[in-house]
Amino acid sequence: MAVQPEVIKPPRTEVGLLGWLKKNLFSTWYHVLLTFFSIAFVYVVLRAVITWVVRDARWEVVVVNLKVFMIGRYPTKEAWRVLVSLGIVVLLAMLTWVFRRAEGKPRRWLVIGWLLSLPLITILLRGFSRESPFLPLVSEDVWSGLLLTLVLAIVGIVASFPLGVLLALGRRSKLPVIKVLCTVYIETIRGVPLISVLFMSQLMLPLFLPPEIRLGTVMRALTGMTLFSAAYTAENVRGGLASIPRGQYEAARAVGLNEVLVMGLIVLPQALRAVIPAIVGQFISLFKDTTLVVIVGLLDLLGIAKAVVGQKEFIGLHKEVYAFAAVIFFICCYTMSYASRRLEQVLGVGER
Amino acid sequence: MSQRAAMAEHRKVVPFWRDERVLKVLAQIAFVILVLAIGLWALSNYRERGLTFTFGFFNQEASFHLAEGIPFSPTDSYARAFLVGVVNTIRVASLGVVLATLLGLVTGIARLSDNWLVSRIASVYIEIIRNTPLLVQLFFLYFAVILKLPQLKKQDEITAITLPGPTYLSNRGLAMPWPRPSESFGSWWPFLVAALVVAVVLMILRARGVQRTGRPNFNFLWVVVAFLAVPAIGWLVVPGNPLVLDVPAIKGLRVEGGTALSPEFVALTLGLVVYTGAFIAEVVRAGILSVPRGQTEAARAQGFTNGQILRLIVLPQALRVIIPPLISQYLNLTKNSSLAIGIGFLDLYAVSTTMLNQSGRVVEVFLMIMASYLSMSLTISLIMNVVNRRIQIVER
Repeated sequence: MAVQPEVIKPPRTEVGLLGWLKKNLFSTWYHVLLTFFSIAFVYVVLRAVITWVVRDARWEVVVVNLKVFMIGRYPTKEAWRVLVSLGIVVLLAMLTWVFRRAEGKPRRWLVIGWLLSLPLITILLRGFSRESPFLPLVSEDVWSGLLLTLVLAIVGIVASFPLGVLLALGRRSKLPVIKVLCTVYIETIRGVPLISVLFMSQLMLPLFLPPEIRLGTVMRALTGMTLFSAAYTAENVRGGLASIPRGQYEAARAVGLNEVLVMGLIVLPQALRAVIPAIVGQFISLFKDTTLVVIVGLLDLLGIAKAVVGQKEFIGLHKEVYAFAAVIFFICCYTMSYASRRLEQVLGVGER
Repeated sequence: MSQRAAMAEHRKVVPFWRDERVLKVLAQIAFVILVLAIGLWALSNYRERGLTFTFGFFNQEASFHLAEGIPFSPTDSYARAFLVGVVNTIRVASLGVVLATLLGLVTGIARLSDNWLVSRIASVYIEIIRNTPLLVQLFFLYFAVILKLPQLKKQDEITAITLPGPTYLSNRGLAMPWPRPSESFGSWWPFLVAALVVAVVLMILRARGVQRTGRPNFNFLWVVVAFLAVPAIGWLVVPGNPLVLDVPAIKGLRVEGGTALSPEFVALTLGLVVYTGAFIAEVVRAGILSVPRGQTEAARAQGFTNGQILRLIVLPQALRVIIPPLISQYLNLTKNSSLAIGIGFLDLYAVSTTMLNQSGRVVEVFLMIMASYLSMSLTISLIMNVVNRRIQIVER
């Protein structure tokens, strides 16, 4: 008969809740001190926040203006178009989630779907002409609220992408003139604040365009966002290009591809795959930066918040309104950064 | 076939439009022509509007008020107005950089603390701040917090938040005691210079000692003592007090004496510090995590305390990783200070916008703005790169 080894249970203070408390909160005398200070701090802060949120805050300002926050001056009669657009995006996102593949390569029809959704949504939101019975024109200058924030961020990143790739290729080019010009552009834009680029596109751009071309304020802001974002995209793409081993170029050259084909077929596809997480990060910061259009007078989510605070019946409710805007931004940004961390895992960036 | 003949053959085979060397030159020429054409087209549109380009207005009278920073009257020139803005931006940016670094360092370390609660608090702070736009935070801080602070005085009763000092915090900003030079300051400041000289000389001697024998010939503490002792002796020698503490006092409806920080300045600096601090905390955390665990374990095995491990082993090595992203955070802080215009602080950008509205000189003012921000960015990069190089050499 085998002798049962005698198993001694670990002391009660090392396992379970007690063990966890001891290890993580009360391991030494200064941790005890820190823990008590932290508890006091958390208590004071949470108490103040909760009493304000539950008792003192006047949330009716948000409830009454919810639609204004979301679509702003977009005509109420046409609001269904925004909802349909949202529906398209949600549907595509769900399809992408359901039909994702383990190895992280997207299905072709999904990619095509996403690409088609952009012009489709643009037409849906903007409409055709003023007189048209079906989808009458809703000029982009009346788009506002969260809708405008999203449009600015998405168009900013999508439109800046090709420009950014070209700039990155230009900066890595062996042709000195192209290299210098691209480098100067990238470094100048990266050296100045976004708000100055936005202001420039609002005030200076019209001066340098012929009088026939008239751009609305939203289009001008979009131009500014795109020009600004392109410089940052370029730096991200350049990072991706630098991460491709030399052997890839050499092998492709050895096979007989010329430089254009080497870039287009071998290097860029790999590089772009590697920069997806960086682009998502850039998108998040661009999303936050769209708030700057308030300063040039556009009504994005923050601009609407600013306008709501000025309403006669809700005067002085800055805390509620700005806190609400902050919460919306937080939800969007946090979800996106969470998704991008997952994406990084799926793509296995940094593991190969 | 001889080599020369082969080359001639080659030349014949490859026509010039497929010769890479020719193509490269042609591509560059085409690119330059394209850029020039766009530039000239834009310029001709600009000219067609009857607009000119001149910096002459910089000497004209500005005729607007600026209530922040160095003294400025409406009769001063545009150039001086611009200077006011530049000085204000530098004030905010330099104070912001120092405070944000401290906050980021503390939070970054707290984020990695063994204490579960401390690291949770730090990470909640970091996540909230990093995931909301700076402008929203600034609006909240300025409109919903600072402007909602109690008034300075209500019916002869001081309602401002009074902190020891006395320091008054109200919706008119922050007023706190500040040392001001008195008449005898003139004979005292040479002692300050002397202290600096003595400290530098001692540091050089110490560095020589390290070079010669591998260890310093005296403790660093002596440098500090000498640096403090020289001005202290001066204080005793010079008649009267060279510096007097100017204490703020509420007189009528305003504060007199001390130094007063406007609510805009407080909001902007605080907002930038809190925002950038969260980003620096992540930089610090990544830097500390980049130091291999073996280093900590080896140090602990040798009997270093936790504080010593952090100070002597981990941070010096982490700094190598921390400095480059830290530079870009400093640059971001400086650029983000342009959001001052959103809350009405008169920084470089806000003053320029006023100048622009007054003079209508859009292009000129914008070139000035760009040049200022670019030179500030370059200065920060230069300084930090020097620091970076020193650290890298010391390390290896």
